[in-house]
Amino acid sequence: MAAQASFIGQKNKKEQVYTDPWHMMNEAARTPSFFTGSEVIKEAVRRASCDIMVAYPITPQSEAAALCGELFAEGYIGDYFRGESEFAVMSQCAGAAFGGARVFTTTAGPGTMRAMENFPMWAGARLPIQMIVTCRGINSPLSIQPDTLEIAYLMQTGMLVWHAETAQDFYDWILKGYMVSEEPDVHLPLALCCDGFFVTHTKDMVDLTPVDMCLPPYDPYRSPVPCMDMECPPVRMMRDPFVMKSNYISYATHASWQQEVWAAVERSRKHTIRWMDGLIDTENADADVIVVASGTAVSQSREAIAILEDEGIQVGLVKVKTLRPWPGEEIREATKHAKHIIVPEFNVIGWLAREVRSTVQNNERVHAGPHVCGGMTMPPEIIAAEIKTVLGVKAPSLAGRGG
Amino acid sequence: MTTSYRVMPGPEHFLPPSAASMGIRLPDPGQGSIHGTIVTEEEAMEQAARQLLSAKVPTIFPGPLVLWAWNEKAAKKAKAIRYLYETIKESVDSSQHAMLIPMPDYRPKYPKINPEIEINPNHPNLTIWHNKIDACIFVGVHCHQANLSLKIIRGGTNCYTIAMCAQAGHEDAMLSIRDTTADKLIRLAEWVKKLKGSVPPPV
Repeated sequence: MAAQASFIGQKNKKEQVYTDPWHMMNEAARTPSFFTGSEVIKEAVRRASCDIMVAYPITPQSEAAALCGELFAEGYIGDYFRGESEFAVMSQCAGAAFGGARVFTTTAGPGTMRAMENFPMWAGARLPIQMIVTCRGINSPLSIQPDTLEIAYLMQTGMLVWHAETAQDFYDWILKGYMVSEEPDVHLPLALCCDGFFVTHTKDMVDLTPVDMCLPPYDPYRSPVPCMDMECPPVRMMRDPFVMKSNYISYATHASWQQEVWAAVERSRKHTIRWMDGLIDTENADADVIVVASGTAVSQSREAIAILEDEGIQVGLVKVKTLRPWPGEEIREATKHAKHIIVPEFNVIGWLAREVRSTVQNNERVHAGPHVCGGMTMPPEIIAAEIKTVLGVKAPSLAGRGG
Repeated sequence: MTTSYRVMPGPEHFLPPSAASMGIRLPDPGQGSIHGTIVTEEEAMEQAARQLLSAKVPTIFPGPLVLWAWNEKAAKKAKAIRYLYETIKESVDSSQHAMLIPMPDYRPKYPKINPEIEINPNHPNLTIWHNKIDACIFVGVHCHQANLSLKIIRGGTNCYTIAMCAQAGHEDAMLSIRDTTADKLIRLAEWVKKLKGSVPPPV
């Protein structure tokens, strides 16, 4: 931190002042602005002192990659280039991070899946790359509409995985994300996810930090692994005994290495709680029915809860902000009095419900649903109907016209 | 998360868990940790000195961050480590054997490491077993590599591990001090001097 602190108060080439991140995020005056989610990504990156962005901007899911290209042209990003494919992009991000750069990229849906091999490699190599994931459908038939299935895969990679609800979350968490993921005891990549289209393409009021303030630069000398040492693991992979030898100590090394990645995810809790004011937010947690949701399912649930409140039904809400680290203890505490736990999701498999089921006691309380997928919207009324069904209250069908 | 898990000398398990996954948390600035319990930095310093004085083969493992004079701080720290080593050597009795064995890099050493002259994070047991080391200090080792070693050592040896970390500390060590500077290394040496003669040597 000493090296970063030495930059504070100095100016970069765009006349932005390297600012104490806590002051910048929590104390500096904010300006309300009306932006799309993609534009918000651009504004956050403008203030993030990124050294390199690599992009494969074919995806229609977000304009962020192209907008960051404009930032490069304006001089706010050190370097910017287009990879040959999503896989190439993520490999190039790794190269840049191995070399000690602060790296930013974006992807979505099939692009995430194509590049998937890189993500456990990033985590294993302890590279604090930030990747925005504007989730969209991944299966055939393809869809450019939001679907959060790809998050289920990212959660097993050893990356930090956060799920933003709103453009405001997105803005704040991009900047705070670097502060958490670059801590030497964490030093992991961050997949900062949102439900594409809903967050990226719609406009919202977002309070921005001053444009003349930016984060202090990344200090690679605090890294828990040496920068780009071609003779040592993790860069030197194939010639090393992890791969080539079959004996106890080689296995122990590899196993211990994997444990260390997940230990780093655990260590991120302390920093994440400080920066994000907890891993979850709760509303009315004393209610008999609690909705546990992440991403825009939180917004829809909030609307559903308002509908039910008008009918005299009290429902609480748990907004899950981070999926890795998983807020198990927090969810157990927030739902301990609940008779029913409702988990609405924008995907077909219900990965959040699985996680919640494996977390809470008496998990027959967990109701996986409602689910929508393939880009379908989730009207608040279907969440309200699910809750009524669970409570044994008659709810009208929302789609049928029946005779 | 409350936990009953304690980070103790092994041999613990075929594959011991990471202490973080068992709910052990790192100390904040000004604190240290002993067996996973948060204590004041001074308590950790005193306990580290006691462990070194009561070990048959107290050993310092300096890593690449302090072995090469890549900046002024590293050079200063290296001198402080040498001072700590000399202090331990002078403070133990003739039945004890203080050692200073470097970890010059992280390349796995095949076909065979020379355990008398170096230690390696990928197979640290070999150096510890060969030299019968029962207490050691990691200093100047990159955090990831240190944690890798500390877990393997806990799994397969009974060595008491102490981490003098320049960053946030190591929950996989039995005793950890964070934000280590040359001054803190000298403070540890002063603790060793202060306790000299008051800690019974190993049986």
